[in-house]
Amino acid sequence: MRLDTQFAFLDEGSKKEIRRTILKAVAIPGYQVPFASREMPIARGWGTGGLQITLSLIGRPDVLKVIDQGADESVNAVSIKKLVKDTTGVKLTESTKDSTLIQSRHRVPEMPLTKDQILILQVPMPEALRSVEAREYVTKRLHADEEYSGAWLMLFEQIMKYGSTATDADHPVVVNNRYITAPSPIPRFDNPKLHQSEALILLGAGREKKIYAIPPYTNVESLAFEDYPFQVEDFEGKYCHLCGSTGVFMDEIIDPVTNEPIYQCNDTSYCLERLNKKENVEVEKSYV
Amino acid sequence: MGYVAVKGGTMAIDASLKRLKYERLKEEEVLEIKTILASMRTMVDQVMSESSLYSPFLAALAIKQAEGSMEEAVFLMRAHRSTLPRLYYSRAAESESMLVERRISASFKDIPGGQLLGATTDYTHRLLDFQLVEESTMENEQWLTTYKEILKEVEPIGDVQYFPKVVEYLRNEGLFEIYTHDDTPPVDITKESLQFPVSRSARLQVLTRGQTGAVTSLGYASLRGYGQVHPTVGEVRVGALPIYVEHPNEGTYDVEDDFYIGDIRLTEVESFVPVNVKNEQNKDELEFEIGYGACYGRNETKAIAMSILDQCLEHPEADFPTHDEEFVLLHIDSVESTGFISHLKLPHYVTFQSKLDSVRNVKKGGKKNEA
Repeated sequence: MRLDTQFAFLDEGSKKEIRRTILKAVAIPGYQVPFASREMPIARGWGTGGLQITLSLIGRPDVLKVIDQGADESVNAVSIKKLVKDTTGVKLTESTKDSTLIQSRHRVPEMPLTKDQILILQVPMPEALRSVEAREYVTKRLHADEEYSGAWLMLFEQIMKYGSTATDADHPVVVNNRYITAPSPIPRFDNPKLHQSEALILLGAGREKKIYAIPPYTNVESLAFEDYPFQVEDFEGKYCHLCGSTGVFMDEIIDPVTNEPIYQCNDTSYCLERLNKKENVEVEKSYV
Repeated sequence: MGYVAVKGGTMAIDASLKRLKYERLKEEEVLEIKTILASMRTMVDQVMSESSLYSPFLAALAIKQAEGSMEEAVFLMRAHRSTLPRLYYSRAAESESMLVERRISASFKDIPGGQLLGATTDYTHRLLDFQLVEESTMENEQWLTTYKEILKEVEPIGDVQYFPKVVEYLRNEGLFEIYTHDDTPPVDITKESLQFPVSRSARLQVLTRGQTGAVTSLGYASLRGYGQVHPTVGEVRVGALPIYVEHPNEGTYDVEDDFYIGDIRLTEVESFVPVNVKNEQNKDELEFEIGYGACYGRNETKAIAMSILDQCLEHPEADFPTHDEEFVLLHIDSVESTGFISHLKLPHYVTFQSKLDSVRNVKKGGKKNEA
């Protein structure tokens, strides 16, 4: 642990302000609370919002897990973990169930989270209405007035043009039947995991200086029409070539031998855990 | 395993950091901080200005560590700034109290106090000076001695000379509106996020810490046609401005109790912009308004561009992006723009997989409709 900086990098005043912002965010589910985002030693757009939340919440007994696009060993996840470790000395883990804080870029872990865990999502563009209105001054008013026709029209136009909705990641959600909210660029596959989540979900946008929250047991609904229901990414008939999982979000890769597309779990820690279990079972079997 | 890009991150980063250090050290030259401070003054100024942290020493250190990359140096300084407690706010400083080293006006030939060219590259011919390839310390010393001899012959003025502002002259003539002093404490944009419409104090803070290139580009765009501001530079001044803080716990306020904590070198610009106003008879009349620019150190282009943008943002009714405060203020910050552009280097395969699914789905749907 580095002694020449403050515990968890930020000074106590900053952490306190961020925690207050978080409390307000929890009190108004889905509402983007502005905060004086600090410049961090990692680049804006590389997780500074999530990092500021992590650093203001973390205490010595915490166990931290960091994921980047599903992987614990991805370079940016490693870099963030290293910074937190260097400035706090807390325990790190790759196991979802052993962690108390999970900072993640664009994935909700496959393993269901519990009420003792906090999921911190990194957010590049916190404003779900930004694609229909560029000005912050206006989008703030639209939220206040619950004037969401722009967001609905966006989906409607896609149906008109393409015959179905064509959103990718970051498909807008309605939180607590009130605010239209950007769930951060998690795949549509992860949207249903936000609904009635046992864990507190905090979302931090450092560059855009906003924090918002999905408190535990909150209704989260993906925006959709009755006749064009919300659809997650389709992995039907696909299975992980490593652990054999189905029904999880998968990376599509090219088999170097056959040149055919094969699939593997995007959540690397989930995949590893399954592989380890399998191995244990096999070992146990052979000793019986 | 077929796909290795996400694995082995720890080791890869470690190796990359070592490689970075190797690249900096391999030529076995050590750049001294004092060399940077002595010979790269404008770069030090620019780093301080864009990072809004006035410390030539730290800026020079950042330049060294960043191997001369402007965006990296500014980034280092900003991150360091986050860790510093803010103990005091200074008293408002009046730029009449500046110890001026350069002051020019493009509006008047003879300004009260006179034009003072100071040290400027404006009239150098931009020819590469090949003599600098083999610069000799001895010759430099000789030159300095001779120069100092000449300076001795200059009669020093008894008192410290302060220069009046050019605008005061026009104000006395009734060409500028006279405003009462507005001593509302300024917003601190590093402690509160911007809320639109922003106050002028917040706007000026964002502009002054803007990336030099970005501020210059937008100022230029406005001047060239994408804006309605065509200023005349009323005054550019460069010099040292003394900074005072109040006694933190003295009950009664007295200027005499203020502490002088040092001075900052500053470029300040006041641009004169003719605007249409309605007079009492509801007739069009021309009057002048001021665009204000100021930044740490010596950076006249940025300060002038800032004065143009300040004036643009005073007139949001004009239908140009340079008059839109969200467009200007949210896109000129070095750390924010370079950070978000560079984040595109991060893996995006989850989001891309999601997009792929969407595109495939649309394609399938299209075929179905045709059938």
